[in-house]
Amino acid sequence: MTHDHDDHDHDHDHDNRYTDMQARVKALETVLTEKGLLDPAAIDAIVEAYETRIGPRNGAHVVARAWTDPAFADWLKRDATAAIASLGYAGRQGEHMRAVFNTPDTHNLVVCTLCSCYPWSVLGLPPVWYKAPAYRSRAVIDPRGVLAEFGVTLPADKKIRVWDSTAELRYLVIPERPPGANGLSEADLAKLVSRDSMIGASIAGAPT
Amino acid sequence: MNGPHDLGGQMGFGPVAPEKDEPYFHADWEKRALGLTLSSGAFGAWTIDESRHARESLPPATYLAASYYEIWTRALEVLLERHGFATRAEIDTGHKQFPPAAPRRVLTADRVAATLARGGPCGRSVDTTPRFKPGDAVHTRNINPKTHTRLPRYARARTGVIEAVQGAYVFPDDNAHGKGESPQWVYTVVFAGPEIWGEDADPTLTVSIDAWESYLEPA
Repeated sequence: MTHDHDDHDHDHDHDNRYTDMQARVKALETVLTEKGLLDPAAIDAIVEAYETRIGPRNGAHVVARAWTDPAFADWLKRDATAAIASLGYAGRQGEHMRAVFNTPDTHNLVVCTLCSCYPWSVLGLPPVWYKAPAYRSRAVIDPRGVLAEFGVTLPADKKIRVWDSTAELRYLVIPERPPGANGLSEADLAKLVSRDSMIGASIAGAPT
Repeated sequence: MNGPHDLGGQMGFGPVAPEKDEPYFHADWEKRALGLTLSSGAFGAWTIDESRHARESLPPATYLAASYYEIWTRALEVLLERHGFATRAEIDTGHKQFPPAAPRRVLTADRVAATLARGGPCGRSVDTTPRFKPGDAVHTRNINPKTHTRLPRYARARTGVIEAVQGAYVFPDDNAHGKGESPQWVYTVVFAGPEIWGEDADPTLTVSIDAWESYLEPA
């Protein structure tokens, strides 16, 4: 309990109720469990899945494969859902995947201005900034300003394409393969692929 | 609805401030909030579209001040009440007073992996042929429904170009309100930066949305 209230006497319950999320969530979990609607162990299993199995390493695997296997890259362009599923990544918030490829001419950036749509099956849970108003408001109007806050400066003449995830398509950016990465194995290439580079908020091989 | 969630192009929220080596969760309650939201979704009583609408219907000042797990939790309370799974008094006290509505299923730990792997595909087949094809110029309708929509304000009454026909999908504007899935064709529509943001727009910028067919008319 982090929220301490020493003035419980006056009519103030909205404060108590809404400022302490820990208490609020605990109450929900308790009442749903008492009603037989919730298996608390299911929550543990969900958390464990996203902490250990379903995260940005999945997406990095997809990117590294695309960099090393032209046939796979072509499949990704044509049918990203199937190509990604062939590596074992599918399901919740990745049911309808699209891969968008950065090129020397064009940089892609993904946002969900209306909520927080994000390709969970390949990137896991979205970071706080992706869900917060600053990013959601500015990505579509000032992407270069946003990218600068990630330490990325693109050439002035490079085109920027912003994908607003307004429907159920989930976008994975395939970053450009960093120069000097020839001869690396797929596993070593995957290490160069940050989560942010697969949103378009960074570039592959950039220090994180 | 023209709610607080429709953030594209708004100003004043400050820098993005990415957190270096951000943890998956910032507090234990966030883990429980995630699990509660997913577990309750498994009841089968509401759709993802109704969930989104519950979130965007929070009071604007609340919505904008809340973290995303807080938004989820507050919206979940609304959904649980609306569908008879818990009363406000039960949520406030944290204890059962009444038997709940019957869920279609309760998510148990042994079913989590399969449930996450299945997800909730919302592609559907439709009898119609797509009204538009890649390369067509289209105009987005100027709609301002009080109900759920996925056409952001910044992209209304604008002219863009169809880039791709993405298939047919459940129509959230109907599905969020229990009016059925009403599937429609969905298109990726690309707008030049200046079409949306005017003459000062970044000339290298294009923005795309994924638009249901009824959002569009021929330009």
